[in-house]
Amino acid sequence: MTGLFDTIIQGVLLGGLYALFAVGLSLIFGIMRLVNLAHGDLIVLAAFTILAVVNALGIDVFVAALVAAPLMFAVGFLLQFLILNRTLGRDILPPLLVTFGLSIIIQNGLLEAFSADSKRLSAGALETASISLGGGLAVGVMPLMVLLSAIAVIFALNLLFYWLPLGRAFRATSDDPEIAQLMGIDNRRIFAIAMGVAMVVTTIAALYLGIRANFDPSIGPARLLYAFEAVIIGGLGSLWGTLAGGIIIGVAQTLGAHINPEWQILAGHLAFLAVLILRPRGLFPRAVD
Amino acid sequence: MSLLETRDLTAHYRDLQALFGVNTRLEEGDTLAIIGANGAGKSTYLKAISGLIRGHPGSVVFDGEPIGALPAAQIMRRGIALVPEGRRLFPSMTVEENLLVGKYGYENPGAWTVDAVYSLFPRLKERRHQPSTTLSGGEQQMVAIGRALMSNPRVLLCDEISLGLAPIIIRDIYQALPKIKSAGTSVIIVEQDIQQAMKVADRLYCFQEGRISLAGGPTAFTREEIHVAYFGS
Repeated sequence: MTGLFDTIIQGVLLGGLYALFAVGLSLIFGIMRLVNLAHGDLIVLAAFTILAVVNALGIDVFVAALVAAPLMFAVGFLLQFLILNRTLGRDILPPLLVTFGLSIIIQNGLLEAFSADSKRLSAGALETASISLGGGLAVGVMPLMVLLSAIAVIFALNLLFYWLPLGRAFRATSDDPEIAQLMGIDNRRIFAIAMGVAMVVTTIAALYLGIRANFDPSIGPARLLYAFEAVIIGGLGSLWGTLAGGIIIGVAQTLGAHINPEWQILAGHLAFLAVLILRPRGLFPRAVD
Repeated sequence: MSLLETRDLTAHYRDLQALFGVNTRLEEGDTLAIIGANGAGKSTYLKAISGLIRGHPGSVVFDGEPIGALPAAQIMRRGIALVPEGRRLFPSMTVEENLLVGKYGYENPGAWTVDAVYSLFPRLKERRHQPSTTLSGGEQQMVAIGRALMSNPRVLLCDEISLGLAPIIIRDIYQALPKIKSAGTSVIIVEQDIQQAMKVADRLYCFQEGRISLAGGPTAFTREEIHVAYFGS
């Protein structure tokens, strides 16, 4: 019984990482209905950016993430402003094709710059630190930080959306882009800021991805898949739903692995399919779509 | 110099021409009424002024500046706000959030604040935290007008603000117009309700198939002349 309980706790903590992968995707879809197929590769790009900062400046990985975050904001802003804004319109195909192409470009660019070798970010003693919960249960400090970071990120984004003028502009543009312009809102700029914010969240996801496991230029599409599943389970455009989606995948994976180690990945995908069959619009669909 | 002019204004929806050389003038402090049947080009005219449809720079002149080619966000910042047909409130937002977003891009110093809008339409204050979608049509129209006023525009464009509303609500909404004017805002209203339009207008234009069929003071025409201008001979 303790083993099962421990498995669920580990699954919930793992869900925090998947939620972090997914929040940026959810944010962008919620605001501009853009499905970003390069999202996973942008997470990997952020991880390599943090690694490059660590190598160049010799600083702690968390401080390096603070340096990488504004860089990634700029990457997101410019990417949206210069390229993706041109693809948005009634036809959903152009953004899919362009972000698919972008995914390939990022992967090959990283391959050129960093080679195909696996890399890792080091957080020192934190990586092995744990907190005892009693009764033979313990949680790792890092996984706990990941989950708490996911909650903090979603909380902060909700504050932004509901309490700040910029957040209202995001929501107005999401609700009705034509009328938003009449409020003096420049949709193209708002979309670019949103992509910048999504890339800051992506940097946080990348930080934990790189500390938790090895990464190389080719792993982006698999992260995208988990992110997609978390977003769809949660309900498109709902950030707390995305967290729930991440946790469901995480728990399903650890439960699957608990039964048979080979079933870990499969169990996550089966949970996704089950939700898709039972609740095609996700668990917490937005009231207005 | 007029505050707002359209000069040979034309507008197209793809291959379909909706306006054919429309010339109008709005003087500071005046209310202009645009009447006409469905499909006459009235809403297109407001969309062209507000930047939702863009044309030649000189086809719309505001305060001496050509603005016909500017995007809607920039036109709003210059002081022209539109109350769109069908209200078009932001459905994910409460009443107050809808008002607040109205001054996101630009806030001209002036009389209109959230509290001023609530004193213009007191029933909105009670509903300030309600989702805008739960309001009646009349209340939604009040929010739409309030939202447009929040930037303290010099010109307020109102597109069919009485459409689908009960007469008593229409009366309440039209009673607000003099207060809006007294706060320094000039108004252009597009209306199908001729009587209502003539009551508030300083100058009247009747549109027919994308052209002006009648222009002048609201008392200058006989019922017959308006009928012909509205429906055709």
